[in-house]
Amino acid sequence: MATVVLLDSDAAGLRPVGGARIGERWQRLALGGLFLVVLFAAWELEAVLGLEPSIVLPSPAEVLAAFGDLFTSPDIWADFAASGQEFLYGFALATVVGIVLGLAVGWYVWLGYLVDPFVMFLYAIPRVALAPLLIVWLGIGMSSKVALVFLTAVFSVLINTSSGIRSLDSNLLRVARCFGASDLQIFRTIALPGSVPFILGGLRLAVGQALIAVFVAELLGAQHGIGAMIENAGQQFETATVFSGRFGFAAAGMVLSSIVRWLERRFDAWRL
Amino acid sequence: MSFLSPQTERAARPPEDGDDVYLRARQLSVAYAAGKTGDIVLAVDRVDLSVRRGELLCVVGPSGCGKTTLLNAVAGLLPISAGELTLKGRKILRPGPDRAMVFQQPGLLPWRDVLRNVTYGLELSGKLTRREAAARGRELLALVGLDEFAHVYPHQLSGGMQQRANLARALAVEPELLLLDEPFASVDAQTRETLQVELLGICKRAKVTALFVTHDIGEAVFLADRVCVFSRRPGRIVSEIRVSLAEPRAEARLRPEFLAYVRTVAEALGAGRGGAPGATG
Repeated sequence: MATVVLLDSDAAGLRPVGGARIGERWQRLALGGLFLVVLFAAWELEAVLGLEPSIVLPSPAEVLAAFGDLFTSPDIWADFAASGQEFLYGFALATVVGIVLGLAVGWYVWLGYLVDPFVMFLYAIPRVALAPLLIVWLGIGMSSKVALVFLTAVFSVLINTSSGIRSLDSNLLRVARCFGASDLQIFRTIALPGSVPFILGGLRLAVGQALIAVFVAELLGAQHGIGAMIENAGQQFETATVFSGRFGFAAAGMVLSSIVRWLERRFDAWRL
Repeated sequence: MSFLSPQTERAARPPEDGDDVYLRARQLSVAYAAGKTGDIVLAVDRVDLSVRRGELLCVVGPSGCGKTTLLNAVAGLLPISAGELTLKGRKILRPGPDRAMVFQQPGLLPWRDVLRNVTYGLELSGKLTRREAAARGRELLALVGLDEFAHVYPHQLSGGMQQRANLARALAVEPELLLLDEPFASVDAQTRETLQVELLGICKRAKVTALFVTHDIGEAVFLADRVCVFSRRPGRIVSEIRVSLAEPRAEARLRPEFLAYVRTVAEALGAGRGGAPGATG
């Protein structure tokens, strides 16, 4: 990405020149969209030719119809609410705990020594493997799902945050120290803003992982939730419904990542 | 405060004179544990040095000679090993608002605009309100010629402009002593000369007392009232040269006496290079 170096104070010069970037953006969207259209066309063609029975691979039209059916049934809103809550609680908890612990672990060297091996140990386990255990401990209700989402997402936030603190620019720390900054001031003015990009990067990873956790947790037993709905539909060979549920997940993931991306851009304006 | 002090004639009297001395080092030695091996390195060896009010003292030496160590000790970032180090009679024990440092790397906080960078030191000291600090920051931006860039982020500035913002940030806290560690070493040659001329003007207007460390002989002669030449490590002062160039200094580089000073310093530097035992550079 080009760095804009200002040679004069002309107000117009303060903003990056737009033309080239807008062109690039359209090109990006057009190519990405074209690829999706081709994929869907091939899929529909496959269905028209009848290469696979629709119970194995339903046509896009059938998936669309199933999608419509889903949203006309009242159950879907309960499923959405359940999955949404599991995600929200687990993710919020992971964000708060991950950031606070990550800041502490990155800031206090001894605390890092203390917990690093443990964190690495937990991080190395596929955390979805904890799901059966959590159901035994917390039951089949909401809390075991929230716990799994939390455990899946928290490490990305924690590890990213602490490495953000550890990789602070030593020049900036020296500047602050020269001005006689206290530890608290260094933390507030250097460490915290300096690790924001790392924290947001961690959150972006965590969003994807949390969504997987929601799905896996519901797969293993739940009354409501998109994952449970997909699991039921699968068992009844309603393949089109399974597909539409998956697209629902994909849509949720894309929306949530875009939110984090937007946050990253917002806080990262100074990095460009 | 150096800003408020009466007009000072630069380098008119010998440095031994009493109350005018701001920084004084007596038989100062600084050693530190280096790198991974933890070997003790004696970087500064029994140095006597003083900087008087309103004076710009340059320390010149080969790279790795301990001149930056000296500066870090004066800044309070490194403890001294032996001898005495005082600023206006007070012992230097830790960093403080009476000194400000300008490093080779601009070290601007990338998430703050230029104005908020310049007021950073003021914000930490908490002596001024936000509004007062901003007003003072604007004064300094004007002083270094960046008044139109108050709300621009550091990455949008050229290297020379970043270094000017860095200087403004250091001056904003009204330090009694300004410390500069090869501040122009990483900008291009043309910008460097411009910045040197500007620094002279700024020091004069703001009545700054400064200790300037460099390995560039021409820079030292151009800027300094006095030049102290360091030997190879462990750094010792092998020569002290008083520089009096006719005003305006901005044009001094082309005059024969400038070259004579450069030669004198270079010879002292050469002697220091050969002279120190066990020198490793």
